[in-house]
Amino acid sequence: MTTVVATPDPEAGELTPKGKRKRRRSSPTRQTSSPLMTVVAIIIATVWTVPTLGLLITSFREPMDIRRTGWWTAFSNPEFTIDNYVSAMSTSGGASMLDYFVNSFVITIPSTLFPLTFAALAAYGFSWLKFPGRDWLFIVVFALQIVPLQVALVPLMQLYGDLNLQGTYWTVWISHTIFGLPLAVFMMFNSIRDLPPALVEAATIDGAGPVQIFLRIVLPLATPAIAAYGIFQFLWTWNDLLVSMVFLGGSADVAPLTVYISQLTGSRGGQWYLLSAGAFISIIVPVVVFLLMQRYFVRGLTAGAVK
Amino acid sequence: MLDKFGQMFLAIGVLVAVVVVLLLLASLARGRNGDRLRALFFVGPTVLLVAVGLIYPTVLTIIKSFRGPAGTGAFGFDNYVTIFTREALRSSIVNTAIWVLLVPLLAIAIGLLYAIIVDRTPIESFAKTLIFLPMAISMVGASVIWKFVYEYKPTQADQIGLLNQIIKMFGGETRQFLVESPWNNFFLIVVMIWIQAGFAMTVLSAAIKAIPDEIIEAARIDGASGWALFWQITLPSIRASLIMVVTTIAIAALKVFDIVRTMTGGNWDTSVIANDFYSASFTQGQPGLGSALAVLLFVLVAPIIVYNVRQLREAS
Repeated sequence: MTTVVATPDPEAGELTPKGKRKRRRSSPTRQTSSPLMTVVAIIIATVWTVPTLGLLITSFREPMDIRRTGWWTAFSNPEFTIDNYVSAMSTSGGASMLDYFVNSFVITIPSTLFPLTFAALAAYGFSWLKFPGRDWLFIVVFALQIVPLQVALVPLMQLYGDLNLQGTYWTVWISHTIFGLPLAVFMMFNSIRDLPPALVEAATIDGAGPVQIFLRIVLPLATPAIAAYGIFQFLWTWNDLLVSMVFLGGSADVAPLTVYISQLTGSRGGQWYLLSAGAFISIIVPVVVFLLMQRYFVRGLTAGAVK
Repeated sequence: MLDKFGQMFLAIGVLVAVVVVLLLLASLARGRNGDRLRALFFVGPTVLLVAVGLIYPTVLTIIKSFRGPAGTGAFGFDNYVTIFTREALRSSIVNTAIWVLLVPLLAIAIGLLYAIIVDRTPIESFAKTLIFLPMAISMVGASVIWKFVYEYKPTQADQIGLLNQIIKMFGGETRQFLVESPWNNFFLIVVMIWIQAGFAMTVLSAAIKAIPDEIIEAARIDGASGWALFWQITLPSIRASLIMVVTTIAIAALKVFDIVRTMTGGNWDTSVIANDFYSASFTQGQPGLGSALAVLLFVLVAPIIVYNVRQLREAS
């Protein structure tokens, strides 16, 4: 991980690669990019932002204008309104997007907390407790990442039917937990296993049992890994379509925004005033979370690569 | 609505209660075999969940895939024969292959190029956030964004889709990008590249920054520059990260569902395996065939992940 820079010992007469890297940053060896390369970068940045910008501007235009003229004409004739957001959120005429928004929220919070909690417990068990079959069990849990969730959907649906849970939030809470666990355990194991054993030994001598060690030492020190996985799982469940479509259907009682918007695109593809506003209502939450927690997210992404 | 939040807090309450009970029981464990007992409470819930929720369903699905279209008939290979002989399903397999080839290749090419260009410029972090932001957006949201870019109107009418407006500006005829096969596949693939390039850029940029300076300096002194430096020094140095990114994006492309479902519903020859899986299992009443498609995905994904893990092991 690039943010953790070990300070090289100046007396050792030898610089670690990381120390070198620090020096390189301040040295003027940076080649200035050729104009061609700058143009390429600008083109990429444009293609990556203008489509979003276009829909954002569209979401603030009158439905009539949206259907008649391109969003780019709004620059010469600026006339904006928040009516699209109001009608998306209003309850008149059946279901409101607010219902789906609440569903997304209610689905996402437990779907993030559940795997986080169980994975933290398991990661501690796998790294600090001694029991027969430990390594073997860990490999099985880790290896289950290879199962595509499609393989599990139909049998799980029957299982939920037997338990009388069909159509409830519990189906997605449990499913997201199950599908998230292999990666969650793996990410937290990597961080919890690397804690210094001396810390644990010192606490044991002070009379702390394994449970206290887990709560007072391991959990606080594993916070970066917990945050990294937490934001990962939050984005994944908030943005999920397949799991919710399968277990919850399209009802406003339980279905999340993604399902609603996906249906709206298919059935009423022409209603851009609703679609554009709806899309941004669904986008705003993960984008804010992402921007606030970007550091942890990047750390989670690069953990696998740099390790 | 209050009821919904009530259910959420109830779920969180249940979680807290379960954890308290588990930790209490674990703290009661004493003696020489204490760790064994404690492990039951720490590791047990996870093992139970993945056993019931992943291993058991996988076995059921594999069995079902061999028992006819309904998944309840006599043992046989009918579903697998169907996958490779029915015209629509064969076209989905070809489409999926195109996704798996193009998405990693182009996402990495663009992400890597962009990372190198903006590296150590004053606006590096801002420039990177622009490319990275689509990662936070759902595939459904991205599909809506791009569907609007592709929106079609007859050439003489005022355009509302950006791409057709550009074509019209240059004097061309407007097109129905999502309808005209086989090019519509490419326009769907663009959305996935748009989402994944940020991931490639972030991981590869971190890897490039980790290349020790003396290696670059030494190569420069030896006269390497530009392309030679890139192909002979940079690329080999980031090999492990590159493999990780290729495999991760390839798997995402292999399982792509949301984009196809939202943008075309799999119509006009744009379907992929994951979309056929959904249709067969949940709308066409052929869970046996759906199971066979799920198993096909499994068989395709598994070797990629095994390869990835091996590479990571070797690297560390």
